[in-house]
Amino acid sequence: MYATWVLTALLAWPLITGAIVMLVPSRMAKHVALVASLIEFGISVPVWWTFIPGTGMQLVADHAWISAWGIRYTVGVDGISLFLVLLTTFLMPLSILGSWSYIMKRENGFYALLLVLTTGMIGVFVALDLFLFYVMWEVMLIPMYFIIGVWGGDNRLYAAIKFFIYTFFGSLLMLVAILVLYLHAGRETGVYSFGYMHLLSHVATLGSIAWWLFGAFFLAFAIKVPLFPLHTWLPDAHVEAPTAGSVILAGILLKMGTYGFLRFALPFFPAVALHQTVQLIIVVLSLIGIIYGGLVAMVQPDFKKLIAYSSVAHLGFVMLGIWALTLQSVQGALLVMINHGISTGALFFLVGMIYERRHSRLIEAYGGIARVVPLFAAILTVVSLSSIALPGTNGFVGEFLVLLGAFRTYPVAATIATTGVIVAAAYLLTALQRVIFNPLTSHENEKLTDLTPRELAVLVPLLVCILWVGVYPKPFLRRMEPSARALIQQVRPGLVQGDAP
Amino acid sequence: MKLDPSLYGDLLVALLPELVLTGWALVLLLFVAWRHRSARDLRIAGWLTLVALVSTAAVVWWLWWNHTEIAGLASMVAADDFRWVADWVFLGAAGLTVLISFAYLEREQLLAPEYYVLLVFGTLGMMIMAAGADLMVIFLGLELMSVAVYVLAGFDRRRARSAEAALKYFLLGAFASGFLLYGIALVYGATGTTNVGLIGVQVGLSQRSVMLLAGLALLIVGFGFKVAAVPFHMWAPDVYDGAPTPVTAFMATGVKAAAFAALFRVLLEGFAGVGVWRDIVWWLAVITMIGGNLFALGQHSLKRMLAYSSVAHAGYLLVAVAAGGTPGTSAFLVYIVAYTLMSVGAFALLAAKGRGGESDVLIDDLAGLSARRPWLAFALAICMLSLLGFPGTAGFIGKWYILIAATNSGQNVLAAILVLTSVVSAGYYLPVIMAMYMKPEPSESAHVDVRLDTWGGAAVAVVVSAILLFGVWPNRLFDLARSAGDSVQPPPAATSTR
Repeated sequence: MYATWVLTALLAWPLITGAIVMLVPSRMAKHVALVASLIEFGISVPVWWTFIPGTGMQLVADHAWISAWGIRYTVGVDGISLFLVLLTTFLMPLSILGSWSYIMKRENGFYALLLVLTTGMIGVFVALDLFLFYVMWEVMLIPMYFIIGVWGGDNRLYAAIKFFIYTFFGSLLMLVAILVLYLHAGRETGVYSFGYMHLLSHVATLGSIAWWLFGAFFLAFAIKVPLFPLHTWLPDAHVEAPTAGSVILAGILLKMGTYGFLRFALPFFPAVALHQTVQLIIVVLSLIGIIYGGLVAMVQPDFKKLIAYSSVAHLGFVMLGIWALTLQSVQGALLVMINHGISTGALFFLVGMIYERRHSRLIEAYGGIARVVPLFAAILTVVSLSSIALPGTNGFVGEFLVLLGAFRTYPVAATIATTGVIVAAAYLLTALQRVIFNPLTSHENEKLTDLTPRELAVLVPLLVCILWVGVYPKPFLRRMEPSARALIQQVRPGLVQGDAP
Repeated sequence: MKLDPSLYGDLLVALLPELVLTGWALVLLLFVAWRHRSARDLRIAGWLTLVALVSTAAVVWWLWWNHTEIAGLASMVAADDFRWVADWVFLGAAGLTVLISFAYLEREQLLAPEYYVLLVFGTLGMMIMAAGADLMVIFLGLELMSVAVYVLAGFDRRRARSAEAALKYFLLGAFASGFLLYGIALVYGATGTTNVGLIGVQVGLSQRSVMLLAGLALLIVGFGFKVAAVPFHMWAPDVYDGAPTPVTAFMATGVKAAAFAALFRVLLEGFAGVGVWRDIVWWLAVITMIGGNLFALGQHSLKRMLAYSSVAHAGYLLVAVAAGGTPGTSAFLVYIVAYTLMSVGAFALLAAKGRGGESDVLIDDLAGLSARRPWLAFALAICMLSLLGFPGTAGFIGKWYILIAATNSGQNVLAAILVLTSVVSAGYYLPVIMAMYMKPEPSESAHVDVRLDTWGGAAVAVVVSAILLFGVWPNRLFDLARSAGDSVQPPPAATSTR
């Protein structure tokens, strides 16, 4: 019973409560939104146990929608999307709580948009009908556009429209590709349907047009990831967005790109994706992302921009892991996706919190604040270490698995990627030192107040996750494994080797 | 119900909607001859017009419900689902125009109830165009429509721009009519008939002559003028800009829909055997999409931007023409319904903001509207997103249908250009939203006099709900469009050659 309605409930609840948030008095908006998002999280938690590790889609709901074109409302999760759904519902209450004192104007609109955004994001991860997927992919664009454009920083208009047009450009070409797939499968079978399985079972006969279609999907997802050199929207959007916007952008929206590769681009066009030149291009771009992202992060005076570029580097690891296509590397990539959501989310929260106190994001504005705000400094240190991938934290498990798995397929690339970990240590530790250690020079910083209980309530769940995944990742890996294995089998038959460590 | 065109009574039934509307037009004419002084007379005339439109729509519904058909090919008028659906679009566009005209005419002191008479005659012309199965009937409808709209464009006679718009529209429209008529003459010379169905048969049987191709080219030029396809669009921005805003809404939706409806029938029924028009339309579609969108990108005035965007949308509709067949025709109907809704909505909201013809409302003048008039801003945002083709709105569903029709007929390049130019269009639709929501109000009093009256508000509410409804649940619309699209078919003999 729970299995048939849970995903639909997860999609519908934020929409309904989003409408309610618009109607309540504005001082109540954040309270209502917080309760709504907590209930949403509550609905999603049992999925962790209901989900049985195994192949195939679970918790499926399927209804007719636009019958003239065989469009159906089909949703379901497997080991790949399960964690992304849970990550979404987990981050939402924290984002709302984290915006508590940051958002001062038009609160109703802000919280309503956050809730609508939840629907769009979960929709992308659970949609098993490509029309539904496309609709959800676009639907989440509008709330984010408004969140950046209305509540963002000084340069918000530019950042918002850049974000919108980049994503819109990629996704519309994907729309044409989806249509061609649909007509191809329809002509072949006489059954016109946008169902994921239906389309997947007829991609083998595409012929040379598969190259164009892969290109369209690639562009849409690569912009979202973002893969170098399509990443330029990301620093702008991140820096201008309010804290909750940055957290969601980094934590979830970027994962849609890598998820798209895992779910659509790879299984649909294995021949193209595994073509040597394509492999070379994507691996090289991922490596450039890792190294270049790290190097650019190193010279950023703005802490938020530093984190934004570190995202480019982390997502480079994910792409490398996906394209290496071994069991470890794909599982590792999935873990990095989750870890990046947790660690980078936490970093953005921390930067947002200190910004609220001091109204500056420049690293040089701080220094020696460990003495003034010890709790903040301690948490920032732990989170930074997890982002660097120190053993014992979540970051280590993911990047280690990616590198381990990638060594089998691309030994050279994996070696180069390893230096990316060192670069990460270089920029984050330097920044850490300049912000919280060093001598306390500025008088303004002497009056900073330490974290409030509300802020601790935002950070502690993230810290728990950092340590949990870092010490005991097995429950995660166990649930991912069958789906990762099935994916590799689908893309490169006969290549599955080795078990999860 | 099967009608025999040789029977007088059956012919009357086939023309019943047009006859009913003509009757109402005469009643209105009498009324305004008798009462044309006060604002109250104007209001009564408006209500009479609405009654006329609704009752005509009901007659159309009755004919549709009874599956009215005409036997044989040689009839002067067609009676098929395509015609009924097109009629509803025209009547709907006219009805919405009436609703937004009530307050507008009083505000701008255009107290002449003849406005509504012209509106009804214009609509009548459109219905005749959609009904025409003979080039002469189509031409007759086109002229009836055009003459009424020439006058409507210049209705704000105290403003020079309105007069300029009317003159420009009249001169270029007369040229277009000339092209069309000459094309008809050449086609007649080549085939010996002006009946669309018989032309189809002739074209299928005989060799193509230069005269036929020249006639076809002139027909396309004539229709190209009316739908404002690049490079025949020069008149459109100035005329749309100068005409009173409700008239602009009527021109952008009704006139365009009627010209496209006639174009579909002529090309798909009459010239299915001549493949060359597909190439012409292909190129027209490409340059119209690219041109319209690029020109719109450079506009600062909201009304001019909407005018150029309407050119761009003509380009999208031309993609449906190039796709052809049942999917193309259905896509046209779905898109024109969506386009009518969102266009009327946008123009209605523009009329609420502007004064004295609205041509001086810049996009930036909307800054901060969302804080002062949240519902109006929301409605305009929905219209803009729908024009952009964003999922969840009718505009997306329409574009999606056109894309399916295009890829289905192998026009992948056209589909790709359509989506790429749609991305360009984000560059001018989004600034409207950006201004309303993301820029601060210039002063406390900037938007004080922005308001919609009850009936304008009702029109906008209907439009916005319909946009959202069709965006999420378009099933009924699709069923209707599909059966209507099915009814425009080349005559049996013409299908073999292409």
